[in-house]
Amino acid sequence: MADSVTRVARKERTLGPVLRIWVVLVGFVLVAPTLVVIPMSFGAGSTFQFPPGGWSLRWYGEFFGSKQWLASLANSVQVGLLAAALATVLGVAAAFGLDRARFRGRGAVRQLLMAPMILPGIVVAVAVYGVFLRWQLNGTMLGFVLAHTVLGVPFVITSVQTSLAGYDPAMERAAASLGASRLTTLRKVVLPLIAPGVTSGFVFAFATSFDEVVIALFLQTPDLKTLPVKMYESIVLEIDPTIAAASSLIVVCTTILLLVPQILRRRSDHDR
Amino acid sequence: MTAAVPVRRAVLRSRASWLLFPAAAVLLVFFCYPLAVILLRSFSEPAFGLSNYVSVLGDEVQIRVVLRTLRTALIITVATLVVAYPYAYAMSRVGRRARGLLTLLVLMPFWTSVMARNFAWYVLEQRGGVLEKLFDAIGIHGVSLLGSVTGVTVAMVQVMLPFMVLPLQNTMRGIDRSLLHAAGSLGARGPVAFVRVYLPLSMPGVLAGVSVVFIMSLGFYITPALLGTPQQALAAQVIGTRVNDLLDFAGAGALGAVLLVLTLIVLAVLSRLAAPLGTSTAGGADRG
Repeated sequence: MADSVTRVARKERTLGPVLRIWVVLVGFVLVAPTLVVIPMSFGAGSTFQFPPGGWSLRWYGEFFGSKQWLASLANSVQVGLLAAALATVLGVAAAFGLDRARFRGRGAVRQLLMAPMILPGIVVAVAVYGVFLRWQLNGTMLGFVLAHTVLGVPFVITSVQTSLAGYDPAMERAAASLGASRLTTLRKVVLPLIAPGVTSGFVFAFATSFDEVVIALFLQTPDLKTLPVKMYESIVLEIDPTIAAASSLIVVCTTILLLVPQILRRRSDHDR
Repeated sequence: MTAAVPVRRAVLRSRASWLLFPAAAVLLVFFCYPLAVILLRSFSEPAFGLSNYVSVLGDEVQIRVVLRTLRTALIITVATLVVAYPYAYAMSRVGRRARGLLTLLVLMPFWTSVMARNFAWYVLEQRGGVLEKLFDAIGIHGVSLLGSVTGVTVAMVQVMLPFMVLPLQNTMRGIDRSLLHAAGSLGARGPVAFVRVYLPLSMPGVLAGVSVVFIMSLGFYITPALLGTPQQALAAQVIGTRVNDLLDFAGAGALGAVLLVLTLIVLAVLSRLAAPLGTSTAGGADRG
């Protein structure tokens, strides 16, 4: 009897051969196409031929030797940091507001703050471009930062709300009853508790801005381009394989950024 | 004392609503206002009236763009569902470790840079590229995906997989497998049990995934702009070209509004479909 139960349980755990093959194939399709950029970046030829005919470090040289590519990278980092910082300040405040405040129309405000996530990027891009042309914000750092801040706010709100969900307001009262001032409570109790949510919100907002290309394509001018815009142009206008080096650098950096917290977390689990 | 605490809390509550003000203000000025302006322009330029909408919905070329966009989004959604369903099913069945790996894999397209991913597909789909050679090898000649709606569809399915797999496996993990055993003991085995028991139970996940993927596919810009062709343009491409080449904000606004209305209709239909499912499976849907 017990034997047949374990047999059923084991059968439950294993997947059929067809399903296994399907999972492997889908896994391959999920990962492999993107990895194409890495061999491409070490190619020698000046076309998008794959696999490349010869090997070289030429395109990394082009990337790090080109004023335009480096400037676009610097612009992307600057826009990303500023937009993420602004989105974090606005988003953390809004997440607290949504958590604490009870008033009519709260649902509507929430939907408003989340709307940039849902609307098609192209509609937002064209609308923002139209207004920014009049306000002379297109092609300016401020314009990029403001447009990307709007996109980052929903991510910050979502991740801070997740940390607030497991947060007990009674702790604030406990701190107050022990004589902590409101500022001390905020600094010593509230912020450490929501810090993980704030950090991941900031990272999400930065990543969103760093990767954003639709709005950036409209706001860009020859003097101010972000990295994704430069990459877009290197496919459409120039057929410039430097994009392969840029893509590989981004892919490797994101992979490291994603894996490092996981490894660190595992290590701290071991320490405990 | 007993009365003071609730009063103080009420004060805090009303004060808390001010925390929403900065974010709301920034969004109103830099998000809602631009959208309102372009919508207004779609009704008021060049002359006050519906001329832009007449030219979107009355012009054969434009109608074809809208229909092509809907058809492409539908194909992408169905293809993503077909690819994702078994994968999500497998994810819901394997152990914790394997599930972690499969989750990591499915999030790959989500994490990789938009431009890197589209560049990779551009390279794979180009004339004389890997995919063409692959099709040549199995005897199908002259497949060039780059510059076709098919090429856009293939790349889009990959991008959309995370948005389909995650809601699917969320629902599937909540499905009580003893129901399948019960079905089996009552004589419904294999495919019958799947169609009559498992599939209906997984419907909330299917609908959630389908709505996200369909709506996102309607508005995608970069992939069609890079991998597609102006001859078979999708709505987002037309909106982009109108503004870029002609500075025709009014026409772009009208097409954008049509796109938004279509999105809202799809959302309404799907949530109407999901409503009767919500009560019976609400417990399972938000697990994991």
